Amino acid sequence: MEQLTMAQALNSALRDALKDDGRVLVSGEDVGPLGGVFRVTDGLTHDFGEDRCFDTPLAESGIVGHAVGLAMGGFRPVVEMQFDAFAYPAFEQITSHVAKLRNRTRGRVELPMVIRIPYAGGIGGVEHHCDSSEVYYTHTPGLRVVTPATPQDAYDLLRDAIESPDPVVFLEPKCRYWAREPVSFDRTGTPFDRAAIRRRGTDITLIAYGPMVATALAAAEAAAEEGRDVEVVDLRTLSPVDDETIAESVRRTGRAVVVHEAAGFCGYGAEIAARVSEQCFHHLEAPVLRVTGFDIPYAPPKLESSHLPNVDRILDAIDRLQWDDQVTLAAQGSVRDA
Amino acid sequence: MAAQPQNVTGLLPAGEPVRFVAEDGTAGPPPPGYTEPSPERLREAYRRMVLGRRFDTQATALTKQGRLAVYPSAAGQEACQIAAALALRDDDWLFPTYRDSMALVARGLDPVQLMELLRGTWHCGYDPHATFTAPQCTPLATQTLHAAGLADAIRRRGEERVVLALIGDGGTSEGDFHEALNFAAVFHVPVVFFVQNNGFAISVPLAKQTRAPALAYKGVGYGVASEQVDGNDLVAVLSVLDHAVAHARRGGGPFLVEAHTYRMDAHTNADDATRYRDAAEVERWRAADPVRRLETHLRERGVLTEEDVAADAAAAEEFAAGFRARMNAEPEVDPLGLFAHVYAEPTRQLAAQRETLRAELAAQEG
Repeated sequence: MEQLTMAQALNSALRDALKDDGRVLVSGEDVGPLGGVFRVTDGLTHDFGEDRCFDTPLAESGIVGHAVGLAMGGFRPVVEMQFDAFAYPAFEQITSHVAKLRNRTRGRVELPMVIRIPYAGGIGGVEHHCDSSEVYYTHTPGLRVVTPATPQDAYDLLRDAIESPDPVVFLEPKCRYWAREPVSFDRTGTPFDRAAIRRRGTDITLIAYGPMVATALAAAEAAAEEGRDVEVVDLRTLSPVDDETIAESVRRTGRAVVVHEAAGFCGYGAEIAARVSEQCFHHLEAPVLRVTGFDIPYAPPKLESSHLPNVDRILDAIDRLQWDDQVTLAAQGSVRDA
Repeated sequence: MAAQPQNVTGLLPAGEPVRFVAEDGTAGPPPPGYTEPSPERLREAYRRMVLGRRFDTQATALTKQGRLAVYPSAAGQEACQIAAALALRDDDWLFPTYRDSMALVARGLDPVQLMELLRGTWHCGYDPHATFTAPQCTPLATQTLHAAGLADAIRRRGEERVVLALIGDGGTSEGDFHEALNFAAVFHVPVVFFVQNNGFAISVPLAKQTRAPALAYKGVGYGVASEQVDGNDLVAVLSVLDHAVAHARRGGGPFLVEAHTYRMDAHTNADDATRYRDAAEVERWRAADPVRRLETHLRERGVLTEEDVAADAAAAEEFAAGFRARMNAEPEVDPLGLFAHVYAEPTRQLAAQRETLRAELAAQEG
């Protein structure tokens, strides 16, 4: 198997999709000869021609609206939004049309299209380049929202997304673009709408996705040194969410922490915490906790390390999960007497 | 990709709206560069205008009887509505707005199916692929980008079909309209943008909407050939749209047409137009009535007889009666259908929610 970065794995997925299906088109700002600002479309115009991978005028609503028409006309467009916050001009097209056209027409008009959005921070980007915009899309019925955490998943999920009959918002964690691992192209990995358990554990379930999976895994390793056996669930698909995998894990471990970069208030973790409470209540030993970004606009580069969830914050949350030793201490009087 | 257009003059609209027939029905000299459509097509246009107007008054009446949630009338815009339908072949695509029901009736869509949106039984009742007609768009100008994209799909396949997108004067202030003009020009696609400038965006008059000399001038900045036309002169509108459609079909790229017309009724039945415009202005436009104008013209040409007029009116009455009868039947709705088309296959969560609603409904019936 080839060692690939996530950016290269995404490039391979686009390349294979272009090769396998003549209806696939790639468009966006700078995706042509430049190969995209993150080089995800590197070489595609050269190898497949400007008919298949082409630059568009600099207008995000236009890019998405144009792709809606292409999809209505029988193509399978894959569009790139250059950065998370620069996708907002396309918000009306995405929420009012991409998400609804199938439903509006009782299934008569399908929109098999993919909207790729590099998202989240951790790369020292200046403002408007590091937003975690996932819940804007997950809150919109009709969209599938997926986000890979590994190069292998980047390949598998993008191939699945392009083949999906539903429109997919494909969120690429840009801090992981340069992460490297062997990538197989045989597509025998986790199915499209399933979460993956990245690390088996018995004491607690860490639930993460996209950019935070690596942080959660690092926290799990650190926790192991402190005697906690942590399971890490990588959601992969944010909408629809894989309730079964989450619930099965939390019922085994009895404790859960959700980790994401986005602001906590009304964030994706709130939904997961609610679902875990609804589905696993009798198995829970402690309230579900969240480790998230603060409720602030994304921090400037020199301050982003203060903002981003890290291993220590996750370990702190794990410590606060009402372990038996702490409960015993409280029962001995120190808390009650205070 | 097309070369940069060199000739700005060739893109500019005429200084005055193109017109064949004056308000009193008398024909002037043919405007340069345009030909009068055949008498047969004009005869057919008259028939559909009479039918369209009758449909429109019937739909407004249905709102008063509670059969429609709302209806945005196109009264006064019959020439634009019918010409838009007649300018297209059956397999050309039309992208209408909520005010363009009359054009869809003229296109031959089933009136009850197309009223599903305003009846409130679903969002779009007809099959866009079978009718080559996109869902009526209620967000403003978003459909112009879809039209440009679909026209690009047609271009990429090397087909000789065209796309016509309808939009109002207010919609030309939306960013998507400008992005659509730009995308259409850059990709050189066969799309016609047809602006029905009816004077008002709900209550806001054109003077507060734009300082452009005419909306048709918005094309030149994007390299899009443009024209303006008297929107109450069916002969002129059809002639200009024929020209624009032919331009797009032969690979000439996009075309922008602005028709100067007037919304005779309020924005919808829920609006009160007396709050923002004078009755005198409305009366002045009544004198420019597009149906009467074409009728006078065709009678003078000997294309339309007294009997034809009576027959068209009778056919329109019959159509309206059939429409009314079908709309008076209590519509069937399927609550469980709410979950059927959100995704290609309902998600596990939606399947569960459907089950919840099914049980609720069963309990109510039980």
